[in-house]
Amino acid sequence: MTRTATRRGERDASRSVPGPPGAPRLLLGLESAARPIALSEHLATWGPLHVNGRRDLCDQVEASGLVGHGGAWFPVATKWRAVAGRGRRPVVVANGAEGEPASAKDALLLSRAPHLVLDGAAAAAVATGAKRAVVYTGAHSAATVQTALDERRWAGIDPVAIEVAIAPDAFLAGQESAVVGVLNGRGDPAPSFSAVQSIRDRGVGGRPTLVQNVETLAHVGLIARFGAAWFRSVGGADCPGTMLLTVTGRWPEPSVVEAPLGSPLRDAIHLTPADAAHYQGALLGGYGGTWVTMDTLLGLSLSESAARRAHATLGAGVVALLPRHVCPVAEVARVVAYMRTQGAGQCGPCVHGLAALAGQLGALAHGAPLRGRPRQVEEILEVCALVEGRGACRHPDGVARFVRSACSVFAADLSAHLRGVPCTPSPVAGTLPLPAHGGRRRASAPGARR
Amino acid sequence: MTDWHVTIVVDPTRCDGHGICHELFPERVSIDRWGYPVVAEGDIPPALFDHARHAVNECPRLALHLLERSR
Repeated sequence: MTRTATRRGERDASRSVPGPPGAPRLLLGLESAARPIALSEHLATWGPLHVNGRRDLCDQVEASGLVGHGGAWFPVATKWRAVAGRGRRPVVVANGAEGEPASAKDALLLSRAPHLVLDGAAAAAVATGAKRAVVYTGAHSAATVQTALDERRWAGIDPVAIEVAIAPDAFLAGQESAVVGVLNGRGDPAPSFSAVQSIRDRGVGGRPTLVQNVETLAHVGLIARFGAAWFRSVGGADCPGTMLLTVTGRWPEPSVVEAPLGSPLRDAIHLTPADAAHYQGALLGGYGGTWVTMDTLLGLSLSESAARRAHATLGAGVVALLPRHVCPVAEVARVVAYMRTQGAGQCGPCVHGLAALAGQLGALAHGAPLRGRPRQVEEILEVCALVEGRGACRHPDGVARFVRSACSVFAADLSAHLRGVPCTPSPVAGTLPLPAHGGRRRASAPGARR
Repeated sequence: MTDWHVTIVVDPTRCDGHGICHELFPERVSIDRWGYPVVAEGDIPPALFDHARHAVNECPRLALHLLERSR
């Protein structure tokens, strides 16, 4: 009797907000089929979405507390209001470039649940008064998105024209002002200097432009159906909803998981303290992010504010675990060498600073013992200080953050390399994911392209 | 009375590291190991406004700007 009553009580509580309870949300139903979810299946799972004429969308998104999942954690409604009502119809860009090599969540969404992203893009367009939306994605997902758009055109469900544009395979391809540059016909992605205000004013085709990450838009697609209260029914009070995380460094990899914000990070990625003993550190946020010790990782709660209290960032949700048998110095040097090739090549501090860092770390990782240069680590930190805050964009700042945190978490390994102590066991490189082409080499002279 | 605060800003996408700003305004602009300007933090005192303007005007890449704001 009591049990029945309790069960009914639970059911009633879950019924107080419409929509499916708990998590996963974005990944719901994706485990069963290794193919894109068709429009009919998508509608069977989530129900129809009516966005036309919806004036409440921006308020719903604001009340939901949704923030951007592309790495910046900026309030979505604030961004929408900044492009709406400027007198010209804005353009909405669904940003699926995912230039971060360690991240795989955006590609997963676009290739498996494209309709959720497209729902969000349509909702964002209606909310901001846009008549045009662009899905900006790597070549790997473009055909899937186009097929999904064709299905929607037949069904006549989108109130705005949505098209696909191909993002270059480059680290900076997803940076907001670089996105606008590429869509305006510029070949290589290059961020503008102090451009955030200007793309909200003049972006794609000279119109106010909203660039929003595809995971963020997938959340929008569900908020537009079930409302802010549903969105907030999972997650913490100051960090509502769920987020996607890409975990690398263990089999199968990369794996994308979805977890409620505010939950323990170790639960989100299913990491027990016993598992953690197999790793010597973890990279949070990606290659512009921060290395943390496994103790720090085990103690973190899944929220950006908790990460920042630990002097880290969740960024776009990358958790790269570094196994014990890998030489961290060689891995860090490898990534910095890649990041050097991925700069836009448009300013001196970045071109010279990243070249210097790549050279210093490469020498530490693979060179002869640097007995004559006991200050090598201090010199690396000095170059970090020389590039921080001086680039045209945040690329050098990210590399400096990556290198500084590595110097702190892997201090013992750096010191062993300085003394010429061989890595035990033999150094294995290639754990942190990098594109197969290793990064295109860019013109290195600042001012070569302006 | 309005209190004006003036700082100097480098557009790093324009700067080619000619170093003229450092020669003309060494009080606030040093150069890094690659020849690019490092501007000292904080407001420029009024006594140095002329030096600052001179450095801005003589930059061959027009990469320097004076940023004025009132508080």
